[in-house]
Amino acid sequence: MTIERGAILSRVSTQAPPAIRLRGVVKRYGEITAVAGLDLEVPDGQCVGLLGPNGAGKSTTMRLLTAQAIADEGEITVRGHPLPQRSKPARAEMGVVPQLDNLDTTLTVEQNLVVFSHLYRVPKVRRQAAIERVLDIANLSERREAKVDELSGGMRRRLLIGRALIHEPRLVLLDEPTVGLDPQVRQELWALIDRLRSEGVSMLMSTHYIEEAERLCDSVTIMSHGVAVAVGAPQQLVSQYAGREAVEIYGSPARLAEAEAEMAAQGFPTRRTGTSIAVLGLDDANGRAPAGERRPANLEDVFVLLTGEEIS
Amino acid sequence: MATEALTTPRVEHPPAPRRLDRTAIGGVLVREIINFSSYWRSTTFSSTVEPTIYLLAFGFGFGSLLSSVNGFRYVEFVGTGTVATAVLFSSIFPAMFGTFVKYKFQRTYDALLAAPVDTEELVTGEALWLAMRAAVYGCTPMLVAMVFGLDASWGMLAVPFINFVAGFGWACAGIAIAGRLNGIENFNYVTSAVITPLFLFAGTFFPLTGLPQWIQTIAQLNPLYHCVQLVRHAVFGLWGVIDLWNFGYIVVFGLVMWRLGIVFMQRKLID
Repeated sequence: MTIERGAILSRVSTQAPPAIRLRGVVKRYGEITAVAGLDLEVPDGQCVGLLGPNGAGKSTTMRLLTAQAIADEGEITVRGHPLPQRSKPARAEMGVVPQLDNLDTTLTVEQNLVVFSHLYRVPKVRRQAAIERVLDIANLSERREAKVDELSGGMRRRLLIGRALIHEPRLVLLDEPTVGLDPQVRQELWALIDRLRSEGVSMLMSTHYIEEAERLCDSVTIMSHGVAVAVGAPQQLVSQYAGREAVEIYGSPARLAEAEAEMAAQGFPTRRTGTSIAVLGLDDANGRAPAGERRPANLEDVFVLLTGEEIS
Repeated sequence: MATEALTTPRVEHPPAPRRLDRTAIGGVLVREIINFSSYWRSTTFSSTVEPTIYLLAFGFGFGSLLSSVNGFRYVEFVGTGTVATAVLFSSIFPAMFGTFVKYKFQRTYDALLAAPVDTEELVTGEALWLAMRAAVYGCTPMLVAMVFGLDASWGMLAVPFINFVAGFGWACAGIAIAGRLNGIENFNYVTSAVITPLFLFAGTFFPLTGLPQWIQTIAQLNPLYHCVQLVRHAVFGLWGVIDLWNFGYIVVFGLVMWRLGIVFMQRKLID
């Protein structure tokens, strides 16, 4: 299913320019280089995940795309518009779901959408229909008169996503769309995002939830220290960096450290899981694989392997 | 035309918005107006009751000591003077605090700037809205003074317009202050060191002619003084050539503060 869809999209995307394209983008804040030569592409109609630990430069990248931060070096185009020179038409054509809720909390659900229909230049004749459409997508028709203050966390998030869709953008930026939400609410939002994906809306989604990226993204870019360290479809990255299966070795901290050294000597990459050592890259192990619990390798293995284990 | 179609295949763009685009400013205004519907009671209360209290306190307090100032009954003198005070208070304070709250706590500016709205339009829209409000609120002391005997005049019709121009400048000044200062606690310095003297040395409660010459000279720099003069001249039908200077001064003040507000907010909002 994913492959079929990818094949169709790649045919289309040879015609259409990429929704987002970054080449060698650098952004410094004084001594700190938040983005250090980033290349990133969101092909038209695809959902690309931007994965990385805190401080990897994901949020700065998002700000660069709305020209709320101006790059020191490199090129950025959004739907063919070079930034920052033509950022305003670029912003008019995309929807943005911010990480931090910035709804007008004393207004009703509907009033929030009215405001955004003006900000995003929805023509007067289509305004009411656009609002109804968003209320329907966000499943908030029944709560249209409710003040934002009265909504649950999940409803607020749905409104935040719906608000970004008021002008039917073909490109949506989602900055950590499900951060801090419980699993039920997260699933609800995933369904919403998946619906957009199936409608061919291009998306760039920053997240540090691996499962989110695995489920929703056609491809992911893993960022670390301001650069892309790996790019590809989630499954492709898993097989490339971690192999088919991982073996988890459990034991005392001393035993884990020992196992880690052993595996390193044999040339197998490992990563800590907190409670165990996961040994990766075992596809060509030919019986040299250590004893332990076998499980399929996953994107989290790749993520930790590539972005490091220490929290800076 | 044909070459343009060839070089930009597939993606169809709506016409590109320009600088200081009316739709963007309109969007900012719509947001303010809809929000106003949720808090207008408290704002209207404080913006009208406060100057009215000043008017009554000074009007009756000093009014019992002085029968006339510069040939006017004291209540008329203060009633017209506090119009400018009401404009100042109802524009500079909401601009300072509103900008700070929207930037820091509500993160409204993040939402607006992610939309096709530039800092320039954001500042302009917010200042225009505060100026409109100040134009109306500023009339309250004049209306109250009418209850106490201020005679109606055709010149009063110019007062909302004067208020609007002055209010725009004060609102932009408030935005510039909020853009320049980091913590909300720093606003106290501005209030004590800048706004209070501006408010007191403007010829609102007493004519400046009785003060030392150097104070009178400095007061000429105070936009509030020019606003007070304009309002009095309008209400009492005393228009003169000097009012071109008075009006020119508040227009230039407004334009300078407008650009300053934009520059400071741009520094704050765009990395």
